[in-house]
Amino acid sequence: MLRYLLPLGAFMAMAVFLAMGLSRDPRAVPSAMIDKPAPPIDLPLLQAPAQRLDVQSLRGQVWLLNVWASWCGPCRDELPVLRDVAQRHGIPLYGLNYKDKPEDARDWLARNGNPYVASASDTDGRVGIEYGVYGVPETFVIDGAGRIRYKQLGLITPDIWRTRIQPVIEALQ
Amino acid sequence: MNAARLLATWLLALACSVGTIVAAAPASAAPTAAALPPLSAADQQRADKLAHGLRCLVCQNQTLADSNAPLAHDMRNLIHAQLAEGRSDAQIMRFFEDRYGDFVRYDPPFKPATWLLWLGPFALLALGFWVLLRTLKRRSGARPPLTADERARAARFLDTGS
Amino acid sequence: MIPEIGLFSLILALLTALAQTILPLVGAATGWQAGLRVARPAAVGQFCLTVLAFGCLAWSFVHNDFSVLYVAGNSHADLPAAYRFAAVWGGHEGSLLLWLLLLTAWTLAVAVFSRRLPLAFAGRVLAVMGGISVGLLLFLLFLSNPFERLMPPAMAGRDLNPLLQDPGMIVHPPMLYMGYVGFSVAFAFAIAALLSGELDALWARWVRPWTLAAWTFLTVGILLGSAWAYYVLGWGGWWFWDPVENASFMPWLAGTALIHSLIVTERRGAFRSWTVLLAICTFSLSILGTFLVRSGVLTSVHAFAVDPGRGLYILAFMTVIVGGSLALYAWRAPTVGLGGGFSLLSRESLLLSNNVVLTVAAGSVLLGTLYPVVLDVLDWGKISIGPPYFEAVFVPLMTPAIFLMGVGPMARWKQADMPDLGRRLRVAFAVSVATAVMLPLAMPGAPRLGSPMIVLGLWLAAWSVASTAAHAAQRLTDGGGQWLRRLGRQPRAWYGMLLAHAGIGIFIAGVTLANGYEVKHELRMELGATQEAGGYQFTFASLAPTTGPNYTAQRAVFPVTRDGKPVVTLYPEKRLYTVQDMALSQADIDSGFTRDLFVALGEPVGDTAWTVRIQVKPFMTWIWTGCLLMALGGLLAAGDKRYRRAQDVAARLPKADAAPSAHAARGGA
Repeated sequence: MLRYLLPLGAFMAMAVFLAMGLSRDPRAVPSAMIDKPAPPIDLPLLQAPAQRLDVQSLRGQVWLLNVWASWCGPCRDELPVLRDVAQRHGIPLYGLNYKDKPEDARDWLARNGNPYVASASDTDGRVGIEYGVYGVPETFVIDGAGRIRYKQLGLITPDIWRTRIQPVIEALQ
Repeated sequence: MNAARLLATWLLALACSVGTIVAAAPASAAPTAAALPPLSAADQQRADKLAHGLRCLVCQNQTLADSNAPLAHDMRNLIHAQLAEGRSDAQIMRFFEDRYGDFVRYDPPFKPATWLLWLGPFALLALGFWVLLRTLKRRSGARPPLTADERARAARFLDTGS
Repeated sequence: MIPEIGLFSLILALLTALAQTILPLVGAATGWQAGLRVARPAAVGQFCLTVLAFGCLAWSFVHNDFSVLYVAGNSHADLPAAYRFAAVWGGHEGSLLLWLLLLTAWTLAVAVFSRRLPLAFAGRVLAVMGGISVGLLLFLLFLSNPFERLMPPAMAGRDLNPLLQDPGMIVHPPMLYMGYVGFSVAFAFAIAALLSGELDALWARWVRPWTLAAWTFLTVGILLGSAWAYYVLGWGGWWFWDPVENASFMPWLAGTALIHSLIVTERRGAFRSWTVLLAICTFSLSILGTFLVRSGVLTSVHAFAVDPGRGLYILAFMTVIVGGSLALYAWRAPTVGLGGGFSLLSRESLLLSNNVVLTVAAGSVLLGTLYPVVLDVLDWGKISIGPPYFEAVFVPLMTPAIFLMGVGPMARWKQADMPDLGRRLRVAFAVSVATAVMLPLAMPGAPRLGSPMIVLGLWLAAWSVASTAAHAAQRLTDGGGQWLRRLGRQPRAWYGMLLAHAGIGIFIAGVTLANGYEVKHELRMELGATQEAGGYQFTFASLAPTTGPNYTAQRAVFPVTRDGKPVVTLYPEKRLYTVQDMALSQADIDSGFTRDLFVALGEPVGDTAWTVRIQVKPFMTWIWTGCLLMALGGLLAAGDKRYRRAQDVAARLPKADAAPSAHAARGGA
């Protein structure tokens, strides 16, 4: 009778979901800020504390916001890719220095190179929370209308740049 | 998954399970609780309840209240600050949901994707009882009456006692 | 050399297990007696070989052989000897070997105690258990080899996870695995019954003591895990509805349903196919638990080496075992037969209603645990499901079950009388309602009525105890005669039931009172400061550095007083385990009959102050006591003499031949 097949059917459905779940990362939290306007970053610049980073002034172009810190190991590993993005592809790259001491951050840039047009100094992480940041590094793609269109968790490898981020940017331009 | 990532994940899980991040945590200038205005006892309870209903995104197996991660610390201070401003519980929850999504809440929202989750158990219970009742009624009800043949055999057993 | 011997033993064990699986099944299907007779010696051989392999691994640990990769990853030369032994199951590979060891031990027990079973049936049971061994051995040998070498050998190991360096953690995994693996016996019996078509009251009588024993071990294992979390983790909680905790709780719920379903099948021969399905599901949930812990599909504190590759193997293993058994069920269950009838209100129907509730509860825990994966796979977003959800769903579900638990033992078999039940239980009902309403007024602090949750919890707890007492009184005094003499004549299983049901009541009382009336403070304390909590005064007297075998620590002294009189001194520590550079807050807890005093250090603030967690939890020990009573009840019930007498009955049955016998068409008890 059909009802005796129900347990088997239920199990197979569960097994399928579990098999597909194996290729997922349960720790990854997708961004809730996609398609929402990028929150204002009214913070002093790292290299020029008298000036501030104004999100509004960047309207009309597609740009990247990279969250980084001097205490973050992978941030150093993704510097070459970021430099490549900024120089070869000509995409404006801004940094959000997250929960860091400004002196340490400046030293780090001096030692490792500075790919950013400018970095804003978010010492208490408050702006990070506005953006939904929960780890470092994270990178946001923001379009000409000032909306967040994509968020990359973790470090950007050349592969990730080519397959995930670049297509998004090209579609927006 | 390469060995390094494996190790990193494992260490993070261990560290979070104890509640102390070992990876160089920044000595941040986050506003300490001392710098915020004190809360009334009732508001302190609300802060506690809210923190227990939110998930720490770094140590993902702890509530915001239990986690020692720097981000959890910041978020708890934010709750404190917003309560002092007079925001409602719902508003504070919305604040974090807007920025971090449904994942940050420990009780899932009630929306079409989670109807099965919230209603499923009770629907299943009702279904289970309905099936049980139906099966019991069927079995305790009509037993097929004895045929004349069976009745004769029964009579023979009872008469002869064998 | 020794590790190689261990590896070789495992290979031999695999060959033995293959023989144990294939030959008896062939023998049972064709009547080839020699094949059937292989089963028992193979079980003995497999056990001995696994003991040898385990012994080799243990030897490597105790003698600090860091040329073995697994030893290097989980031990350290400075680790105290007892923990070096316990470290054998501190990681993925070794814990799997422990799984296998316990499986072969249960298989041996079945082989020894089943001499009175018909040979074909026993052969099938042992073959199924052998099949599970084969799966485990393949996994061990090809994907999780504990004897893999590390060349060049490590100088010193990476140390055992400091969290595991605790006596509770030494016993918790073995107890838990004894429970998980023990349910494979009921599973094997179910499969053998489906294969042979012999499924009747006698079968239920055979299975019940094995299931009770497994259930007891699982209860103890879960209890130890929670107690450890409470005493060691330093946050004052003991159950978090974490995926891996749920993974152990689901088989427990299903196992409880199974035990009660077996009662109905044994007494009245009824609902057999349902019992068989439960037996399959309980063990399937055990394997699912293994999958969840080791595959990385869910985040959890407990996760072992997270490896999707291994996860895929376990999923495949689960599909074969569970899918295969459910397919067999779908094919053979319709022929199993119906059994005795009973009316709408009877002990059978009450037991079965209880079963329905327990099964739905297990199902809802499963739903809540796996739902995030389902949504993620469908790309419908990421959600978190935690204590708020489970508590909101589980408590309403279990309430009818606990209520029925009180009514069930009083009801007559086949047909119960409602007015009669009402009369027998009205005192218990009144007492429980009175307790629920009045007890909150007696709690310390300004008298106030309890919140709805507290009243519900107290009512359920008092109902459990009162209804059990009412049942005991009825059994001992009904129909005249000396109650003392009657007391001595009751079967052990009856005492077991009394203890277990009362234990549930005490457990619920502990949970309700501890959660409802706890006093918690998390605050910054300067040296010398005093904090009041729940009527007690906690003073941060002093702080001094100290050292342990593999850690350094800051040790605080917290004298506790009440009304000026000293009560106890607590010594919480903040430890730093040097090898893994891992900090651990070791709480100090004073456990008493009516309350627990809890102090844990947090972080230093400045030079003279620390954040401190202080908690006073009323009746916390009742939680552990209730669980222990349940376990004790299960143990008593498992040792009931009636099960051993069943062996004589089996001996009187004609020795069943290999082909499905005429038993298949039999109905009724």
